Amino acid sequence: MGDADATLAPRKKTVSAIGDRVFHGVTATSALIVLALIGGIAAALVVGAWPALTKFGPAFVTSMDWNPVTDEYGAAVAIFGTLASSALAMVIAVPVSFGIALFVTELAPVWMRQPISTAVELLAAIPSIIYGMWGLFVFAPFLSTYVQPWLSSALGDWPVVGYLFSGPPIGIGIFTAGMVLAIMIIPFITAVMRDTFEVVPGVLKESSYALGATTWEVARSVILPYTKTGVIGGIMLGLGRALGETMAVTFVIGNAHSIPGGLFYPGNSIAATLANEFTEATGEIYTSALIALGLVLFVITLIVLILARLLLLRLSAQEGQ
Amino acid sequence: MTLFQKRKAINTFNMAMCVATTVFGLFWLVWLLWTLISHGIGYIDWEVFTEITPAPGNDGGLSNAIVGSLIVTGIGTLIGAPIGIFAGTYLAEYGRNSKLAALVRFFNDVLLSAPSIIIGLFVYEVIVVTMGHFSALAGGIALSLIMIPLNVRITENMMRLVSDQMREAAAALGIPRWKVITRIIYRAALSGIITGVILGIARIAGETAPLLFTALNNNFFSTDVLGPIANLPIMIFQFALSPYEDWHHLAWVGAFLITFTILALNVLVRLVLRPSK
Repeated sequence: MGDADATLAPRKKTVSAIGDRVFHGVTATSALIVLALIGGIAAALVVGAWPALTKFGPAFVTSMDWNPVTDEYGAAVAIFGTLASSALAMVIAVPVSFGIALFVTELAPVWMRQPISTAVELLAAIPSIIYGMWGLFVFAPFLSTYVQPWLSSALGDWPVVGYLFSGPPIGIGIFTAGMVLAIMIIPFITAVMRDTFEVVPGVLKESSYALGATTWEVARSVILPYTKTGVIGGIMLGLGRALGETMAVTFVIGNAHSIPGGLFYPGNSIAATLANEFTEATGEIYTSALIALGLVLFVITLIVLILARLLLLRLSAQEGQ
Repeated sequence: MTLFQKRKAINTFNMAMCVATTVFGLFWLVWLLWTLISHGIGYIDWEVFTEITPAPGNDGGLSNAIVGSLIVTGIGTLIGAPIGIFAGTYLAEYGRNSKLAALVRFFNDVLLSAPSIIIGLFVYEVIVVTMGHFSALAGGIALSLIMIPLNVRITENMMRLVSDQMREAAAALGIPRWKVITRIIYRAALSGIITGVILGIARIAGETAPLLFTALNNNFFSTDVLGPIANLPIMIFQFALSPYEDWHHLAWVGAFLITFTILALNVLVRLVLRPSK
C-alpha cells in the first residue's frame, strides 16, 4: 500500500507537469502564430512586390500609368481613388455615428437602446459583396436618377464645391463608392463611440445637468472632452476599414484608371484593382505591380490601425483597466 | 431671443439631428433587407438546392456553390477556431500580463481590421504559388486567418469574465493549471467561446475578397479540397457582373440565402448565448 503510494505520487506529478508544459506550449504557439501572421504578410508582400519595386522605384507611388500592354505601372490613380472614396465616407459616417451613439447612450429610452444597438451591429454583419450588389443594382440607379442631377444643379455653379459635384450622373463612381463605404463603416465607428460614451462617469454628467446644462451642452463640454481619445480611435478604426474595403467598392467605383475630375466620375481603388485584375494578370511585372499595390494598401492601413489602437489603448489606460 | 431660448433651440435642433441620424442609419438596414427579399425570394425553389450552376439561358441551381461554401467555411473554422481559442487562452491565462501577451493583443486587434483582400494576397503568395494551383484548402486557410483574430479577442474577453476566485479555489485543491483551464474555466466560459466561434463562422461565410485568389470558382460540383471549388460569394460576384438576366436572379437568390443565414446566426447568438450583463 505504502509502496504503491510512493510510486504513484511522483508519476502523477510528472503527468500533470507534462500536461501543463504541453498545454502552455500549445497556447503560446497559437499566440505566436498571430504575431507571425503580421510579419509573414509583410514579408510575403515585399517579396512578391520586389520585381515591380526595383523596376519602378519610388516613382511607383507617384506615377499615374497603368498599362499592361507596355508593362508600365504606377499606383497614384488607385491611391487617389482609395483616399478620395474613404474621405467622403468619413465625412458622412463620422457625424452620423456620433448622432447614433449619442442617441443610444443619452436620449433613447432604456428599452430602446439594446434593439437599436443590435440593429446597427447587424449592418456590420452583412457581407461586403451584398453591399456591392445592392449598390450596383439598386443604390447607383437611385443616385443617378434622383440625387446626382439635383446635387449638380443645386451646387454645380458654386466655386470649388461645384467642381466636386461635377461629372456625369451615371451613378457609378467615387461618390457612390463613398456613400456605400459610409454605410458600411457607420456600425464600427458607432460601436466604439457608444462604448466610450458609456464609461463617462455619471457624476460628471449629473453635475453639469445640475448647473442647468442642456443635453447638447453636456455632450459637447463633458462627454466629448472626456472621450476624445476613444472617439478619435473609433474614427481611425472606421477609416482603416474604409481604406481596405474591397467587394462593395469594386462593384460601384467604376474601375477607370484615371484621376477622376469630380466626385461623380468613375475611378479606381487599390482593393478594387486587385479584385478585378489579379487573377487575370499575366507576366511577372504585372502580377508584381499588383502585389506592390497591395503592399501600399497594407502599409497605409497598418499605420492607420496602429494609430487607432494606440489611441484606444491610451483610453483604457486612462480608465485604469 | 434670450440666451436661454437660444440654448434650448440649439439643444432641440441637435437632439433632433441625433434622432434623424439614427433613423438614417437604420434606414439602410431596412432598404438592404427589403432589396434582398424582393429580388431573391421569388426565385427560390428546389432546383436551387439540387442543381448545379447553369450555363446562361439554362435552368440550374446553386448546389455546387452551397456545398462549396460549406466546405470552405468548414475548413476555415476547423483551422481558425482552435488556433484562435488557444491564443485567446494564452492571453487570458498563461500570458496575461506578460509583454508578449500585450504585443499579441495589440497586433491581433490590428489584424482584426486588416483588409481581407490582403489576407487573400498573402495566402496566394504562400500557398497557391507553392501548390501551383487554386484550391478549396487555400480558400479555407485564407478564411481561417480572418477568423483567428475574432476568436482570440472574444475567447480572451470571455475567459477573463470568469472570476479569479474560481481559479484560486481549483488551484488550492492541487489541480494543475491546464486542468483548471480545460475543465473549469472553459466550462464556465463555454457559451461565450461558442458565441465567438459562431460569430466567426458568420463573418467568414460571406467573405469574398480572400477567396478570389485562393479558392477561385468552379462551375461544376466538386468536393475536392485540393482543387478549385465553387462557393456562394464568388458565384454572386461573377453572376451579378454578368450580362445575363437569369444569372442575376441566381445571384440574388445566393445573396438572400447567405445574408439571412448570417443574420440568423447573429440573432441566434444574441438571443440564446450572450451572457446577460
